[in-house]
Amino acid sequence: MPPGVRERLGRMIELLRRFAGRYRWYFVIGPACKLLEVFFDLLTPMVIARMIDEGVGSHNLGIVLKYGVLLLVMAVVGLCFTLVCQKMAALASQGMGTDIRHDLYARVNQFAYAELDRFGTPSLITRITNDVNQVQLAVALGVRQLIRWPFLAVGSVVAALLIDVRLGMAVLVSTPLIGIVFWLVMARCIPYFKNLQAKLDTIGLIQREGLSGVRVIRAFVREDHERERFHRAAAEQADIAIAVGRLSSTLNPVTFLVMNLAICAILWQGGVEVNVGELTQGEVMAFVNYMTQTLLSIVYVANLVVVFTKASASAARINEVLHAEPSIEDDAAAPSPQAANRETSALRFDHACFSFGPCAANAVDDISLELPVGGTLGVIGGTGSGKSTLVSLVPRLYDTTSGSVEVLGRNVRAWALDDLRHAVGLVPQQASLVSGSIRENLRWRNADADDQELWAALDTAQASEFVRRLPQGLDAPVEAGGKNFSGGQRQRLTIARALVGSPRIVILDDSASALDLKTDAALRRALAGMSVTRIVVSQRVSSVRSADQILVMRRGKAVGLGTHDELLRACTVYQEICASQGVDDRAGHPALEEDARRARPDADEGGEN
Amino acid sequence: MPNSYSAVGSISTVTASVTGGGSELNDGDRSVPAMSAGEVTRRLLSYVRPHAGSFALSFVAAAVSVTLQLYVPILIGQGIDLIVGAGRVDFAALTPLVLRLGLVVIGASVTQWLQGYCINRLSYETVRDLRVQASDKISRMPISFIDAHPHGDLISRVVNDVDLVGDGLLQGFTQLFTGVFTIVGTLVFMLTISVPMAIVVVLVTPLSIFGAGVIAKVSNKSFSAQQRILGQLTGHIEEYVGNQRLVSAFAFGPRAQEGFDAINGELYTAGERAQFLSSLSNPGTRFINNVIYAVVGVIGCACVITGWPAPLTVGGVQVFLSYANQYTKPFNEVTSVITQIQTAYASARRVFALLDAEEEEPDAPDALVLAAPQGAVALEHVDFSYVPDRKLLQDICVDAAPGRRFALVGPTGCGKTTLINLLLRFYDVDAGAVELDGTDIRELTRASLRHSFGMVLQDSWLFEGTIAENIAYGRSDATREQIVDAARRAHADGFIDTLPQGYDTVIAEDGGSFSQGQRQLLCIARVMLTDPAILLLDEATSSIDTRTELQVQAAFDELMRGRTSFVVAHRLSTIVHADCILVMRDGRIVERGTHEQLLAAGGFYAELYNSQFASPAAC
Repeated sequence: MPPGVRERLGRMIELLRRFAGRYRWYFVIGPACKLLEVFFDLLTPMVIARMIDEGVGSHNLGIVLKYGVLLLVMAVVGLCFTLVCQKMAALASQGMGTDIRHDLYARVNQFAYAELDRFGTPSLITRITNDVNQVQLAVALGVRQLIRWPFLAVGSVVAALLIDVRLGMAVLVSTPLIGIVFWLVMARCIPYFKNLQAKLDTIGLIQREGLSGVRVIRAFVREDHERERFHRAAAEQADIAIAVGRLSSTLNPVTFLVMNLAICAILWQGGVEVNVGELTQGEVMAFVNYMTQTLLSIVYVANLVVVFTKASASAARINEVLHAEPSIEDDAAAPSPQAANRETSALRFDHACFSFGPCAANAVDDISLELPVGGTLGVIGGTGSGKSTLVSLVPRLYDTTSGSVEVLGRNVRAWALDDLRHAVGLVPQQASLVSGSIRENLRWRNADADDQELWAALDTAQASEFVRRLPQGLDAPVEAGGKNFSGGQRQRLTIARALVGSPRIVILDDSASALDLKTDAALRRALAGMSVTRIVVSQRVSSVRSADQILVMRRGKAVGLGTHDELLRACTVYQEICASQGVDDRAGHPALEEDARRARPDADEGGEN
Repeated sequence: MPNSYSAVGSISTVTASVTGGGSELNDGDRSVPAMSAGEVTRRLLSYVRPHAGSFALSFVAAAVSVTLQLYVPILIGQGIDLIVGAGRVDFAALTPLVLRLGLVVIGASVTQWLQGYCINRLSYETVRDLRVQASDKISRMPISFIDAHPHGDLISRVVNDVDLVGDGLLQGFTQLFTGVFTIVGTLVFMLTISVPMAIVVVLVTPLSIFGAGVIAKVSNKSFSAQQRILGQLTGHIEEYVGNQRLVSAFAFGPRAQEGFDAINGELYTAGERAQFLSSLSNPGTRFINNVIYAVVGVIGCACVITGWPAPLTVGGVQVFLSYANQYTKPFNEVTSVITQIQTAYASARRVFALLDAEEEEPDAPDALVLAAPQGAVALEHVDFSYVPDRKLLQDICVDAAPGRRFALVGPTGCGKTTLINLLLRFYDVDAGAVELDGTDIRELTRASLRHSFGMVLQDSWLFEGTIAENIAYGRSDATREQIVDAARRAHADGFIDTLPQGYDTVIAEDGGSFSQGQRQLLCIARVMLTDPAILLLDEATSSIDTRTELQVQAAFDELMRGRTSFVVAHRLSTIVHADCILVMRDGRIVERGTHEQLLAAGGFYAELYNSQFASPAAC
């Protein structure tokens, strides 16, 4: 076996051990049936030999016919058994594939953000679809052929040895010889194949860069340079392809050569032995046919090795997902929370820290604050300052690496995850919906919500007006991602979705960016009317300025905490943000602040309840 | 790539949405007649011509190899006839025969190797030539073409289609040739040995082909059913795993799993059926082969015994048995190769359609080279539109003296970024003229025109390479000192110095882990190094990290010093400090003047200013 193959097959075996149990009878019956077909295949040259030696030798047509009928019966019986085997293979492979897909998906569903970050969505998709397909294919081929070809190869050698030991040696020697040729060629080709793919990827990369950067390339008049870069990559790829081709094109001629030279030897030695009466003419024919069969078997075995190597790489990727432990442990038995009264705090961060990895800098660094029930927290800061990560700690999408987060007076780790997440309504940055109807999308937090509740949520989210205008209302179709709605509509639907099922805390993660100022203000007023605790994340000063507390973040740290006016006096980063957004009285444009107020007439009412 | 090249993105959408925006690639368009198969073949052969020798050699080698390979069973058969029984072995004939067999086998192997070697080399070299030509072609296409065609489609023509052409048309053709030659050769050899037996084999083979055909048809059908459901499943996974953060935040997992399992169950049923049906083809053909084997064996032996309908030797039976075994194989191979060739023709058409697209008009032979541009830019009554019936820019007049700073302001889609396209001659004006130092830019070489400009777009384009290589992109001869100096003046040295590998840090495709602001700083350093007379800047709309933003602003100020500059402006300070603000609306310049003048005028600018800076995201 080519290097590394054994280790790789180990991963496949691990997967089989876990999933094959339910189908073990298929794995037994299938190959057993196949064995019978192989047995008949091995018998065929012997039958032909008898047909020649007995039938032709004695000029008896009846004997010829008898063996002919035997061959036909063997063909029919062999076919029937094979069909059973193929059915078993299909049942076992598809059954296993279905189970693996189920388990993979269930595991992904348990993943916390940390694991999702690690794998990435495209990779998870590939694993659930492509990789499972590869494994399915290998399992099916395994049931159907893993027994057949090696057995046929070995069987041919054994049969040949049974007829005549000396002639059998020709088969015995040439079979491993062909095997070695395959091993040598493939072991050399496989590393090339990887390299070849990498070179092809480079070609794609250069072309992609050439297109995405076409304006820059032409503005700098570097077309020649880019062309040359592409030429080089294309030439390198071609050179490797030719080298691989040179290697792999030796495979067929060499095996053909070895096999037929062995036949030469059989003919010569056969002639000697027939002459002294140790062998018959029909038996020499049988040898020739066994030789041919051996070669064919080895070609198929090599093919199986390739399929299994591929599948094992897939099995490794599947195992990786199945083995990944969700980093967030769920104490599902935790008691349900008591209804909190107005005095308890809704949210408390106590020296909360979080980092994406042991070596990474803290994305959230030592944040402490307390928010009363019904209060509003604004979080502001530049891209990458840790705002979204901070609010992800609230519904325990990430776990703090140190410090703690309390929701409604209880540490988030002491909540049952479902309860906690039910208490928190999240409106994510990316306004995304799934295909289905508006009703289905709104019922994400509560599968049984009635229309009245849905409409109430839509009202608060300022979305009821446009939904009412849709001919099918709540049953209006939503395309994947919600693409058939405008950015603003989509954002309002995601807000409504978070409000269904009466959450105790609503988190708006930069989720009013596509709304015009009037709608934004109306939304804030409506939310204030609900007296629900709110966390508003934004890059816009105008969105947070009316909050009870504003947390200013930079590189994961709190660089300011207070009201708008307090921060404007004391926090330089907040002043900078205000200045860059033109919300600063000292920037020499007194008109600006005035204008900002004029454009948001409801801002002040929006803040307090 | 969300959020990237938004500046040019708007242009692309406009042009792509309308047919006729750039040269068409005719494959998807039924009104343009597709290239005929003959024409495709002829053009493809023109690529093979430089390798005509090895192409011909590969066919000759294939023919010789197939003939010799078919001759092997005959020699074996003759050999068996020489070893009839004890004391009846004709060694005088057997020895030369075994030697001849050895030579034939060696000959067949060598020619087979030669054929494989030639065709491999030929096809990969052709693929390389075709690929390079396709890529070069794209680099000579006008920007309008690149804007109008999805990049993925163009890349796939250069990468995948070219490969398919190599696999299908070159390797496929030789396989087809070998297959057909084997069938014909076998037939001829069989006829020379025994006409009636040959007829028997020919009559029973259609059985195998027919059987394989039926199985293929049924299993294809069930395969497409499986593919359809697999598509649904992929769609579900894409949607829900893509939104997995949402799913876990909403504790929606169990319900998502229900939906998944429903489709997964359907996939099991369809997959099992498809798997089973497709796995029938091998045992099916094997069964039919076995039947043929039995029939040929019985009839062959009958011929040997009775001499009717034609005499045959035992060796002859062996020859027919091995022919019967191989005879059906090329048929199945030929069928699959034909499908492959059809795919390859479709790919070849797509590649040739790209190669036939109309290129950018080359520089006039007498085009001028601007040696030392002063930076005086003028637009004289410029009209322009991407789409003939949708006017964009109308009657634009600007007269920019060297060193002056212009800010372009206006709502989205008013044509600000289009001006950049026209100044660099990415697009040509429909009417009027753009002048540089008093010369119509169409009379200059594109290279000298573009060397006069430095451009920083919203979308900071970096390529896979080191930071130093990226900064030196416009001046490959720059020394390390010059690069470091440019980075310093662009305020990019700060973050570069904190990187472990400094200027030799490799940037992954699309800028990798660098923030938007840092990428922009690198692009500014790049322009800083080329020291152009005129600057075109497109400020980022979205607010980035405040600190970096201040650095970017400072870098921009440094860059603009002493150069004629046009800035598509979103920042207040840029606008306020401009020598002249050009206010654009619906493709016209509606107001121009300084910030104070325009505010005092109380027109569109004042209105825009108020709404925009009350809400930075509105523009």
